[in-house]
This record gives sequence, C-alpha cells and structure tokens, in this order.
Amino acid sequence: MIKSLSTDATLANAGLSAEEQDLFSNARPTAYEPYSIKAVEDFANWCRANSLWILAFGTGCGAIELRPLMTARFDANRIGVAGRPTPRQASVFIIGGYSSVKTLKRIVRSYEQMQGPKFVIALGICPVNGGMYWDSYNTIKRLDQYIPVDLYITGCMPRPEVLVAGALELKKMIKEGRCDGANRYVENFDWYKANQKKVIKKWDMPDYNW
Amino acid sequence: MDIDWFQKIGNFGLTLLIVTVYGLFMGAFIERIIAKVQGRVGIPYTQPIINILQTLTRRTAISHGIMFYLGPVFRIAGGVGTLAFVPVIFGSETFSNFSGAGDLMLVIYFMFFGQLGMALGAGESGHPYAAIGIARGLSQMTAYEVPFALSVIAIVLQYDTLSITEIVAAQQGGWQHWTLFTNPIAVAAAMLAFLGMTGYSPFDIFLAPQEIPIGPPTEFHSAYLSLLQTNRALFGATKLVLFMNLFFGGATGWVELAIKTWAIYMVAIAVGVAFPRFRIDQSIRFFFKIPTLIGIASIVYVQMALVR
Amino acid sequence: MNSMLERLSKEFRVTDITERHPGLTTLTADKDVAETLLRELRDREGYTHLNFMTAIDYIERGVFTLVYMLHNYATKSTLSVHVNIDRVNAEMTSIHTLWAQAWTYQRELRELWGINFPGSPRVEEDFCLEGWEEIPPMRREFDTVEYCERTFTSREGRGTVNPREHMAEIIFPNRGGDK
Repeated sequence: MIKSLSTDATLANAGLSAEEQDLFSNARPTAYEPYSIKAVEDFANWCRANSLWILAFGTGCGAIELRPLMTARFDANRIGVAGRPTPRQASVFIIGGYSSVKTLKRIVRSYEQMQGPKFVIALGICPVNGGMYWDSYNTIKRLDQYIPVDLYITGCMPRPEVLVAGALELKKMIKEGRCDGANRYVENFDWYKANQKKVIKKWDMPDYNW
Repeated sequence: MDIDWFQKIGNFGLTLLIVTVYGLFMGAFIERIIAKVQGRVGIPYTQPIINILQTLTRRTAISHGIMFYLGPVFRIAGGVGTLAFVPVIFGSETFSNFSGAGDLMLVIYFMFFGQLGMALGAGESGHPYAAIGIARGLSQMTAYEVPFALSVIAIVLQYDTLSITEIVAAQQGGWQHWTLFTNPIAVAAAMLAFLGMTGYSPFDIFLAPQEIPIGPPTEFHSAYLSLLQTNRALFGATKLVLFMNLFFGGATGWVELAIKTWAIYMVAIAVGVAFPRFRIDQSIRFFFKIPTLIGIASIVYVQMALVR
Repeated sequence: MNSMLERLSKEFRVTDITERHPGLTTLTADKDVAETLLRELRDREGYTHLNFMTAIDYIERGVFTLVYMLHNYATKSTLSVHVNIDRVNAEMTSIHTLWAQAWTYQRELRELWGINFPGSPRVEEDFCLEGWEEIPPMRREFDTVEYCERTFTSREGRGTVNPREHMAEIIFPNRGGDK
C-alpha cells in the first residue's frame, strides 16, 4: 500500500510537466519486511520459487531465446515458469542481452511497476560488462548500476538449456531467501536514481513509477 | 429455524470449498491435456494453487481507488452467488445449496453480475488495455448470452419450471431422459454459447492470456489477482455444474459430477486446440448467426413438438 | 543497361560509373540533380525499390557521401547512387515524396550524422537516441571511446586478446598459426 506522504520524503518529479505532476505519485518506495514468522516466510518463498512469472518483455537479442522455453522441447511450464504480459503481475524480469539507453528507460519503468518481491535475471554477457558493445555510445555496460540483478547467465548467446538451469538456480536462491533485489533497490534508491539519470538524458517520467 | 440456516450456510461453505478445489485441479488437468496436444508435459497439478499462494504472498500491492478493490470482490461475488443457487448434487440435502423455485433466473443474472463488477474495477485502473479488454469481453458476452438465453427459455418451456432442481428431477431415470436427447437443438445452441463462455480459442481474444493486452486484469496484481484466479476456477466449475444440471441429467454423486463436467469441458478444449482465434467482430457475428438461429429453432421445436 | 548509363551520364552529368560485380553498379551524381535523377530512375528505368539509404563520412575530403541503393526487379540489377554533400552545412533534398519509407532513414541520418532534410516528416524528432547532447555519434570526429568511458561504468577485470595471436597460441597451438 502507498504509505501516507510525509513532506520530507517526497520525490521532486522534476521531469514531469506541470499538468502531469498531479497524475503521478511522488512518494518514495518503502522497504518491506519479510513475514515475522520464519516458517511462513519460508513457505511464501517456496510458493514464489515454484511460480516464476516472467515478464514477457523482450529487450535485446536474447529475447529470442525466451520463446523456445515455452515450446515442446524445453517446456518451462514443467518447472513453474510462465509468461505474464504485464509488469504488475510478473515476478521475474529477464533482461535479454544488451540494453541500449533507450531500452534502459523502459526497463526502469517496467521494473519499478513490478510488485515485490521481484527478481532480475541478466541474460548474456552484455549486461555483465558490455560484451561486444564494450565501446558503444548507446549501450550500457553494467546493468547492476541501474537495477539490482539477482542472477547472471553469461554467454553470447546462452541457449535455452542454460535459461532453464538459471531458472532452477533462481528457484534455489529464492527458497534460501537470498533474492531481495526490491529492498536493495529501495535502500540504495538515490544511488540507483543518480546512475539512471546520468545516462538517461531525457528524463520525462516520474522519479519512481508506481 | 436459526439452526437450519446455520446448517445451510455451513453446507454451502463446504460445497464452495469442494467446488473451488475441484475447479483448480481440473484447470491444471485441462492445461496438461492441452500441453499433451502441443507435445509438452505441462504444468504440475498443484500449479494453480501455488500461483494463487504466490500472488497472495506478494509484499507490495498498490491500489487505484476504491472501485479497483471492489472489482475482484464483485467478480468473486458473482462466482459465489452463482454457485449459491445451483444444486450441485441431485438428491443430496447437503449439496443442494440455496436452490429453490425460480433459481434459474437468479443464476443467469448472477453470471452477468461478476463481469459488470469487473468492468467497473478494470475501468478504475485507468489502463487502456483494460478498457479494450472490457469492451471486447462485454460485447462477446452479450453475443453468446443470446443463444444461451434462447436455449434456457426452450428448456424452461419444455419442463415448465424455473427451478434447476426440478429440471434435474425431470431428467432422471436413464440417459434417454437427458435434455441432450429430449431436446438436442437447445443443447446445441447452449454448447456453442459455452465455447464463448469458457474463453478458450477461438473465442479467447478478450482474455488474450499471453499477449500484452491481457484484457481486463491488466492492472490487477498481488492479492487482487489471487482473488481473480480463485474465481476463475470457481466460476468455471460452477458453469460446468450448471450445464450438467440443465442439459446432461445432473449428478447424483461426486464421481458422476467429475466425469460429466470433465466431458463437458473437453468439448471446449477439443474445439480450442483445433481452431485459431476469431477477432472480436468475427466472434460476435458468429454468435448472432448460427447459434442464435439454432436457439430460435429450439424454442420452435419445443412449442411444436414437446409442449402439449 | 549500358545505353541507359550512357544517357544518364549525358543528361545528368553522372560520373564514376563502375560495375562492382554483375548486378551492382555504382555511380556518382551531383547534389542538385540527384532528386531528378532518382525520380527518372524510379519512373522510367524501373528502379522502383529503395533498398536503403545511408551516409559515409569522408572526413578527409570534407564530404558526406549519401548512398541511395535502388533495385530493379525486372532486370534484377541494383544501382547505387552516390551523392557528395558538404560536411559543414550538411543538407539534402528530402526524397520522402518518391519513397514514403525514406523519411525514417532521413530521421536516422539527421540524428546519427547530423544531415538535415528540410521538409521531411517528423525529421526533428528523436529516433534511437533520446535527449542526445553531444555531436552526432556517427560523425568521425566524435570520440566514442572517450564518451563511453565518461558516461558508462566499466567492470574491472575485462581483458583483451589479439584474435590472431590467441588462435595461434591457444586454440590451434600445433598449427603454428600463419606466422
């Protein structure tokens, strides 16, 4: 739920025009505590791990590797992976390879609209260190500067088998409670925002997309 | 008197639980059948339940206003309300719910109710894709309700009652007394309408389950979505029970119910896996043409042949 | 084909006619006749398809060379029309009236090379760079590496190898490479 807005904790939303200011929330995101009873949290994590809803948003060339996951050969439905078309319902965001600055803006918007706990898988070498786009004027080098990443699957391109292995690894991590990217994002919110605004020059969206 | 009502509500709660769980497991079972057609293994049997728990345990949930809360609540009220007036097991005091005279009218009304509440909630979310989904869903619903209503009118004339229990009672005594065999024209119209009701291909454009405009639930997430998922299982199973009662002789036990509802559902699946998707204008034209004509023919048939 | 090229060279002062390989001919035209030439090629000579248009930065000569790649489906031949334009006031006649899809290319050329096409639809809008503040990145005086290091954060530990040496020493050590 949106916490009541206190005056010292609001975002400027300077990128929005005057008539758009009222349309978007200016509240800062808040960190969420796990359930106080450990058994409940473990059970919740088990549910989250066994029902991974991937945001069907293809960024970059690696998105082509997501399609075979659902086909007869790999059938990711077996291990609880399913695609959801809207960020509101998805819990896993797979960054498919390189991300240009223009795409990064959409990634940030989509990531912030996802409801926590949310997990990010970076696919391919490009989100790790730039890959073959090492010296590109329009491609970011490290994704973890802009959104928190839980799992890297490296390669150029990783095959769908590796994606299945990555999903299994992510399940293991979620069950152990090691994936808390949403709260990391909230805690280092200003650092992430500064990094994002450094590369996204045309910032015409709210500072936090509820 | 009071004790009796408590008893009834308790019985209804039990029915609700059984039907919901049955709907969830049957959903997984049907998904696995579709997966087999596509050469896959498919989801585990428990996947729908895990999905509901997963959405329920999301830590964040944002709201778009009071009507946004009420959308899923209305939706599930429609599902629960429909079930409340459908006798599930014929001849069983425990599982006959609040069935009484004229409950058929109430049930048909309740089937609309959830959709309209959902339309208000999805409209409140302000997402354009939700509005598109609502417009498509309501227009398709208007279209398939016409043959369904005609078919219901036909069997009401045939059995001269508005009580579902009496309709089921009139079909007892062997398979040759089922509406399927006494009035096959009405059943044909209703089963064509059923294809639109279940939302499988070729009539799944208003849900478009894997595409970006997912339809009405675009903005619904977390606990709201888990309500909608529960309702999807409950409402789907309730519709199957209603169809079984009206057209296929009802059920006197849970095993008979499971077999019959599964067989009815398989009609929609067999059509769904074989045919591609209609656009919304095509599906509306389809429902207004042949199924509507069949529905009118069934009323004529009842008047000419069956009503004395 | 040859008669057409002779006529073009006479009527449009087309120069540098070269057959690169069978089916691909390049020629250079002046800036002021280029649009008329393209219209003539499209309407009279059957070069109805615009494969693509792009620009080459010849910073040494101080020109951009615009490349219009046309295709004739009847003769299965491709004609590449080169037009040299000044690098300082880079401007060219818009050809979106000839091929409607050309406005997308022209929008891209304006953003990445800084070549203006007055009158082309939506040419002022951002294409793939949003809010770009530097000189256009495909111009050769733009220092990509410097910009990249200034803007993006690198990850430590990335090394580079010479592909030829790497193949000779690591992948095919027994063959000794081609040293």
